[in-house]
Amino acid sequence: MTEPGNKSFNMMEGLPEPPAKGIYFDNNATTPVAPEVVEKMIPLLTEHFGNPSSMHSFGARAGDEVAEAREKVQALLGASQTSEIVFTGGGSESDNLAIVGTLHAKPRKKHLITTSVEHPAVLGLCRDLEKRHGYEVTYLGVDERGHLDLDELKQALREDTAIVSVMMANNETGVIFDVETVGRIVRENGSVFHVDGVQGAGKLPLDLKSSSIDLFSLSGHKLHAPKGVGALYVRKGTKIRPLIVGGHQERGRRAGTENVASIAGMGVACELAGANVTQENTMVRDLRDRLESGLLAAIGDTQANGDPDCRLPNTTNISFKFIEGEGILLLLDRVGVAASSGSACTSGSLEPSHVLRAMGLPFTLTHGSIRFSLSRYNTRDEVDYVIKALPPIIERLRLITPFNEQRATF
Amino acid sequence: MWNYSEKVFDHFMNPRNVGEVTDADGVGEVGSMACGDALRLSFKLDEEGRIADAKFQTFGCGSAIASSSVLTEMVKGKTLEEAAQITNEDIARELDGLPREKMHCSVMGREALEAAMIDHYKKLGRGVPCHLMQQATLLCHCFQVTKDTVREAIYNHRLEDIEDVTNFTKAGGGCTDCHHDIGDMLRDCWDKIDRGEAPAPKAAGPLFQLGEMPARVEVEFDPADAEIVNRIREHLAEDVSVALRSDGGDIEFVRYREGRVYVRLTGSCAACKASDATIKGYVETQLREFVRDDLEVVEVDT
Repeated sequence: MTEPGNKSFNMMEGLPEPPAKGIYFDNNATTPVAPEVVEKMIPLLTEHFGNPSSMHSFGARAGDEVAEAREKVQALLGASQTSEIVFTGGGSESDNLAIVGTLHAKPRKKHLITTSVEHPAVLGLCRDLEKRHGYEVTYLGVDERGHLDLDELKQALREDTAIVSVMMANNETGVIFDVETVGRIVRENGSVFHVDGVQGAGKLPLDLKSSSIDLFSLSGHKLHAPKGVGALYVRKGTKIRPLIVGGHQERGRRAGTENVASIAGMGVACELAGANVTQENTMVRDLRDRLESGLLAAIGDTQANGDPDCRLPNTTNISFKFIEGEGILLLLDRVGVAASSGSACTSGSLEPSHVLRAMGLPFTLTHGSIRFSLSRYNTRDEVDYVIKALPPIIERLRLITPFNEQRATF
Repeated sequence: MWNYSEKVFDHFMNPRNVGEVTDADGVGEVGSMACGDALRLSFKLDEEGRIADAKFQTFGCGSAIASSSVLTEMVKGKTLEEAAQITNEDIARELDGLPREKMHCSVMGREALEAAMIDHYKKLGRGVPCHLMQQATLLCHCFQVTKDTVREAIYNHRLEDIEDVTNFTKAGGGCTDCHHDIGDMLRDCWDKIDRGEAPAPKAAGPLFQLGEMPARVEVEFDPADAEIVNRIREHLAEDVSVALRSDGGDIEFVRYREGRVYVRLTGSCAACKASDATIKGYVETQLREFVRDDLEVVEVDT
């Protein structure tokens, strides 16, 4: 059956040997847990395992740890009080608590506004609220650079707009929204303003107390804390109803025994993030810029997506024309490099990136988009290795595809 | 991360027969850049009418490249009639299986082959065999549902979303690749409905009968399994059977033993070449979702 002779095409030809340690450029998906965080957590899992609600020293120690972590989160966010911090099970829960909690606190308001490029935690929730709970949702569009039109927002606001939810920075392109200006417009309308800050926290300086943000979501595992822990900032005086009820924890806003070790870990991670914001915007930004300009120079029919002047310092999203992202990721993985793609095939949804589509990118550019997201643990050698490893991968895949500059479609 | 077999990786890493056959006897193109998968397949026949050479170019994911590659190997040496017998399942089997979500990649391989054959027959000025022509009108390839069927269902029942379309016609219940097309069709149909240009829905009254149990004769199971069997039968009757009947087919529960549900497809489903996909992709998924997640569905011959 199989003709053994026809093996002339080898995808791996010309590719370098993978380095001993994998190169992780997928930090917007999740980050490695910082060693200092692990060190903090271990004794809280073994020796100091108490329940903060208990009336003994085991409990007291656990309670102290949670209180200390709350202060550290407060410091990173620039919140005015520790009581404004609610620990949750992660970014998605924080988003749900912010939006559903607000809607429940304002039962007569039936309208909400968000953007078409939000994380699925917000978009999926909004679709569900529309479909099953009778809410009306306005989805604001973005321009080709990924920015909002503030006039569209002003026109969308209504008397019965309960909440406006806008992300701080986009997880796929890194494009940063001007949430401060958005917040002022929202506040004038008397609506609650929620910011999904999962990608922004730790990469951009924050000062929530002097902002017009009412609610702000944070995820532990995006800033070198473990998965399964997050926080929601609730500005003093903002009414929200809890999603999880049954206990007095978190001042009645999130029932359930505190995830003490992870919360303490997130505290340390926030402390580190605060101390490293400058490094993110110098060292990490330089690495990202070096990677992006290196790849754009080495590979033709390529473009970087999103406003280059208003992006997270760690993220670059590059489209490689005529090929599909999954093949690129599989081959990158073979040479030890982890990244992610806005391609349909990698998501299981069969729809390419909703973010790039909302920016009006043609399909030729969405299917072959790759996101590299760096962290302070990456090095210049790693960047240089990827600049060397990727061109032959793109070249090989382009040899297989039926499309090219002359023939962009069937 | 997809759980690709070693063979998928082999064909992805070392794709066979890349390119285009010179002086081809047939060239087929399916998919598009827009839908994220596209395949161009060309073949050349020898004097005996057997495929002497076949080559491909693919825009798509790893498994699309692998299934294109393996298909070019499978067709070599076959007559066109023999090659036309190759099913999606054959392609997937040759690759030691594909993840369920990726089955549409092998669908694309067969479609390109069929398109290339149609091209060949047209070049010869001969009539195109009817089994090849049917492809053009299909919307959902997993379950062989035509565009007309879906359109008719939307108008008749005023279906509003993709989930409803899947429940009524099965279209979109497999690889979900056609969800985009179903969405487009919903928009078109509703534009017409809103403008008053659509056909009226079918006469009022219940859309379908609920709770009509499949025949209870010859049913075998251990009395200890009575509870699970009841749940299976209930789900088959209330959901699965309703969807299949809209296609002119139906399903009968035959027996249950140790996690295996033996069923018989009847009506148009019995003769359907997509019955494998119906059983595994639809019935089994449904039962695993709503009854128990380790159930296996086995088709019993009619």
